[in-house]
Amino acid sequence: MTTVADAPVDPTVERRRAVQQAATASLRRRRLGSRVALGLCWACLAVAVVPLVAVVAYVVAKGLPAWNLDFFTHSTTPEGIAGGGVWNAIVGTVVITTIAIAVAVPLGLTVGLFLAESDGRPAAALRFTADVMTGIPSITIGIFGYIAIVRNFGYSGLAGSFAIGFVMLPVIVRAGETAFRGVPRSLNEAAMALGARRATVARRVVVPTALPGVITGVLLAIARGLGETAPLLLTILGNEYLQWNPTKPMESLPTLIYSYSQQPFADLVQVAWGAALLLVVVVLILSIGSRVLAGRLRKERR
Amino acid sequence: MTVVDTPAAAPRPARRRWSLPDNGYRAVLAVAAAAVAALAVWFLVSMIVQARPAFSTLGFSWIVQKTWDPTHGRYGLLPFILGTFEVTAIAVVLAVPIGLGTALALAYLVPQRARAGLSTTVELLAAIPSVVYGLWGLIVLAPVFRSTVEPFLTSVLGWTGLFDGPDNGVGLLLAGVILFVMILPTMVAISRDVLAVVPNEQVEGAIALGATRWQVLRKVVVPGARSGLLGAFTLATGRALGETVAVALVIGNSPYIAHSLKSPAATIPSLIVNNFGESTGTELAVLFAAGLVLLVIGIAVNSVARWLVWSAAGSDVGAATR
Repeated sequence: MTTVADAPVDPTVERRRAVQQAATASLRRRRLGSRVALGLCWACLAVAVVPLVAVVAYVVAKGLPAWNLDFFTHSTTPEGIAGGGVWNAIVGTVVITTIAIAVAVPLGLTVGLFLAESDGRPAAALRFTADVMTGIPSITIGIFGYIAIVRNFGYSGLAGSFAIGFVMLPVIVRAGETAFRGVPRSLNEAAMALGARRATVARRVVVPTALPGVITGVLLAIARGLGETAPLLLTILGNEYLQWNPTKPMESLPTLIYSYSQQPFADLVQVAWGAALLLVVVVLILSIGSRVLAGRLRKERR
Repeated sequence: MTVVDTPAAAPRPARRRWSLPDNGYRAVLAVAAAAVAALAVWFLVSMIVQARPAFSTLGFSWIVQKTWDPTHGRYGLLPFILGTFEVTAIAVVLAVPIGLGTALALAYLVPQRARAGLSTTVELLAAIPSVVYGLWGLIVLAPVFRSTVEPFLTSVLGWTGLFDGPDNGVGLLLAGVILFVMILPTMVAISRDVLAVVPNEQVEGAIALGATRWQVLRKVVVPGARSGLLGAFTLATGRALGETVAVALVIGNSPYIAHSLKSPAATIPSLIVNNFGESTGTELAVLFAAGLVLLVIGIAVNSVARWLVWSAAGSDVGAATR
């Protein structure tokens, strides 16, 4: 020690040591900060996942006891009368959604093909319109359905289909465009080089190649349409009896959940849970199915 | 198909001839596109036309008046506008930090193997119908809020004055929390996509300079994705503004301006959905006009969001939750 103290202090060594100390301290501080911050990120992830588990767990726990044969085969009964089901709501949802799909899917995919093949201002404007349409508050779509259909023809399942189709349309347009754009250019060009017309290229090359992507998008759109409640509240009126005719007022699963959940009677709330479980199961099957399909497609492409 | 028998004569492809299938095909596409555009215009025009009687008989001042009392001809929309923005604010204040943290974790922290599964799980939240969240909020969460959450918050944060009044369960706070859960997947999915677009070289450069993992995220990744993140938040805000049934079920539906987070309140969508069935004449026109106000706010927010996300990361981002 004495020798070191006696020797003239080398300023370079001194500075180097100071820097080293500062760096170590800084690193320690930064590592600690990093650990804390990353821990918070993990906590956020946990907070995000918990509600899904909670919602699904509650819906299963409360909805499953409501499921029995009557639940799926009988129509709703008033409070206090046992043996009621949601058959009328299932029929309504199936009919309303099927009609909406039958119109919105072909129209939406055609527009998607148009957007995939076109550049330039009109196409960009339409693309933007479709994107903004996906974000329109769904209650205003209900108002539109009321103005356009209910005012002229009365409450009906068709008015609901119109509103639900309007909700699904932009989703299908954009999903279709994405899928059609994903078709390799070389395939297009090869078909063209063989002398195929554009219509032939679209029919024989673009659409078949993009089909898995298209189906994925359509399934997601259907999942979205199935759960929409607000547009239906303003258009289908509800119907406690079985009704297959879409020109008449109908019941649907989401509107049934909405009205029964506000009832003070435990048995009706129970029916709401059962209907919620049914809706969640169908929607999750569609969403997960679309993902599986998309995953398989990605694997094939590779 | 035409046979080209003199290829040498054509240095560049000859101008395509008019043909029925080709032009028919293009015509079908154009007609479909025009139909969608027309639908959008029809929607906008009919909303405006139907809302006009409200403006022509009442002027514009009702939009900012405080009293909603249709039986006496008072149609103040202010409580509902405020309610809409208040629940949205609660949802966004919760969802921005938590959504960003989740997106960072999903994009950079979670091991590769678990990433896809967890991402899917969070995104599936977006697929669950909003009415199911409403049911869950009303039947399960509201009693918990009344018995536990609200008394706790009142005892801890009562001094702020934000938690005055009785514990209702339903009210602004519960509606905001339910909305937060609902917009979180949107926010996470889009944020994760725009975060992933940040160039790898920048991340590696920062690591080479000795940055810790958090510093890389904080100083390189997040700033690099800033405008896309802003777009994601705005998009989620738009979704929150327009949500109807989940909010209508848990907000308590009171046409007065809320004085605390525990107060029952109402939003524009909940106003419309609760009063639609019984309304006629001026009141119905007022509801249409309220819908138009909501639509204008919604379109504005969404346009800004789309523009931000597009300019940050292209137009296909967030396709999973659209």
